[in-house]
Amino acid sequence: MSESDLAMHGHGALMEESPYAIPSRKLTMWLFIISDAVTFGALLFAYGFIRVSAANWVRPFEGASLINVIIMTFVLITSSLTMLGAVDAAKAGDQSKAIRFLYSTMTLGALFASLHIREWAELFGRNITLSSSLFGQTFFTITGLHLLHVISGVLALFVIARGYSRSKLTASHVETMGLYWHFVDLVWMFVVSLVYLTNIAVAH
Amino acid sequence: MSPASGNVIRKYLPVYFVLLAIFLVEVFLSVQHFATGTLVVILLLLAACSAGLGLMYFMHLADERRELFLTLIPVTIFVLLMMNMIWSDSVRLLHMRPPVQ
Repeated sequence: MSESDLAMHGHGALMEESPYAIPSRKLTMWLFIISDAVTFGALLFAYGFIRVSAANWVRPFEGASLINVIIMTFVLITSSLTMLGAVDAAKAGDQSKAIRFLYSTMTLGALFASLHIREWAELFGRNITLSSSLFGQTFFTITGLHLLHVISGVLALFVIARGYSRSKLTASHVETMGLYWHFVDLVWMFVVSLVYLTNIAVAH
Repeated sequence: MSPASGNVIRKYLPVYFVLLAIFLVEVFLSVQHFATGTLVVILLLLAACSAGLGLMYFMHLADERRELFLTLIPVTIFVLLMMNMIWSDSVRLLHMRPPVQ
């Protein structure tokens, strides 16, 4: 490429196109999601291994816990919908609408976390702790890691919403945050199925 | 503002309701009398369906370039292979387990 070409087209013409034609920020988030999925996968497989092979397993969830988990799942799936609204509004340049959706997502995330902590407190009250049984060890490890992701997500949503409202961050940041939030929702589908629903006390 | 703005919630509402429906089916199945192994397999399959919907529509993987989608396949195969190894081992352990006193 000649110097005149460089002057006309800039150095951008020398850059290779991204293999997936997506911004580097988004690609990085996808790579993070893949690695995080493997982490959760390993934990859930270990849980499945122990759950199927253990002779005596505690099944602590009854009516109230089941209702709590249904509400938690409803809240988290709904938060994914509001996140979609935030990304769409940000892409369309509707800043106030995007911020409203971001705060709605944050509120739903915080509600999910508080319901989760309430569930934990209820289990602690029944002497089911991290060290009480195999169930306690696996349950608190897996749900604890997921809860950590939700709380981190809520904090990140707050940072993104503030930055976006001050025009320091762009729609691309909101979109990348959306990927993370949907991933947290997606992981919950497996956590709730394996860790909660296989441990419901069914009357025989 | 793009004309599509505001319609996205309406556009993805069917996916949202399908996800909720799959979850309610899971809840219903979990209170039925299934063997633990069977229940785990059924719930895993339903969770995989939910995750697939989330990936394709909420995370817009369906709209991304095919290379990104194809990159995820080796990872998925690896995870499934690992899963196969662990599950079969756990079933074997069930038969090797000493009788409960």
